[in-house]
Amino acid sequence: MEIAELKLDGNSLGGVMLELFGSDMTAAGSVCGNCGAHGEMARLDVYRGAGIVVRCCNCEAVMIRIVQGRGRTWLDLSGVATLELS
Amino acid sequence: MAETAVLRRLTWLAASVAGAVEETPHVRTLELDVPGWMGHRAGQHLDVRLTAEDGYQSERSYSIGSAPGDGVAITIERLEDGEVSPWLVDEARNGDQFEVRGPIGGYFVWDGDEPEPVLLVAGGSGIVPLMAMARHRAQIGSDTPMRLIYSSRTWEDVIYRDELETLGLDVVYTLTRAQPPGWTGYSRRIDMELLRETAWPASESPRVYVCGSTRFVDAAADGLLELGYEAIWVRTERFGATGS
Repeated sequence: MEIAELKLDGNSLGGVMLELFGSDMTAAGSVCGNCGAHGEMARLDVYRGAGIVVRCCNCEAVMIRIVQGRGRTWLDLSGVATLELS
Repeated sequence: MAETAVLRRLTWLAASVAGAVEETPHVRTLELDVPGWMGHRAGQHLDVRLTAEDGYQSERSYSIGSAPGDGVAITIERLEDGEVSPWLVDEARNGDQFEVRGPIGGYFVWDGDEPEPVLLVAGGSGIVPLMAMARHRAQIGSDTPMRLIYSSRTWEDVIYRDELETLGLDVVYTLTRAQPPGWTGYSRRIDMELLRETAWPASESPRVYVCGSTRFVDAAADGLLELGYEAIWVRTERFGATGS
């Protein structure tokens, strides 16, 4: 199987992000910290392995990493310039 | 405490199986009874969590196929190497319990309050959230034009086949692997030519929902953009290589 076939999108983050942020994040706007592309989080590329890696759908830079285990969550947002919640 | 209240609102809920419908040899609908469920919008999904006797937990997301006015029903395709779907499709019986979290999603939703025509593009079990939209349209008596382009492997794999004829929407089928005798529909994967012949013209600014495997969604979305559709009209949901 090719890596591209494993790609999901930000819709699949809805549950975990709802728990973390307390509101729906799939329709939230995001701006990529690398290229500045703007769009709903549902449009971002998502790869799931031991953790979750979220990449910009324009430049493929890593925007978010999420690791969960032992009852804790590690959330790395260092590739995000802005999140816009309504 | 405020923190506790927030967590309670989003927490896992106990769901019990209240009914089952065998849709195809590989696909089953489970009607769920979920005390505390807040109601859903057409297109949303929920997360299912199964816990084994030894405490091992497994989570998967499933689209809600029922209309918002009709309770909670999820439709599941059995993945042969899956951890969750074989149990849901083959084993779960009325009264069996598991946990759900949801409803989830505010992007891939259609509430029926926009006048633009709607194009639904489904690959396999990607029909499920789109079916919630079609059922919602029928239930609220909306006269918004709605058209479904539905790609399946064979006629036997078409989910909701009989009901789709009753909802008052245009349905265009393509069967990619095998076709019944006398088949007059399409018989190939969705491409730009097929979309050109069946999709609303770009001049109507349609609202588009595409759901299927990653490969299917990419092909359909690329084709629509080539036909002049604006990217912001086209909402997509992918379930990866093998299923939802």
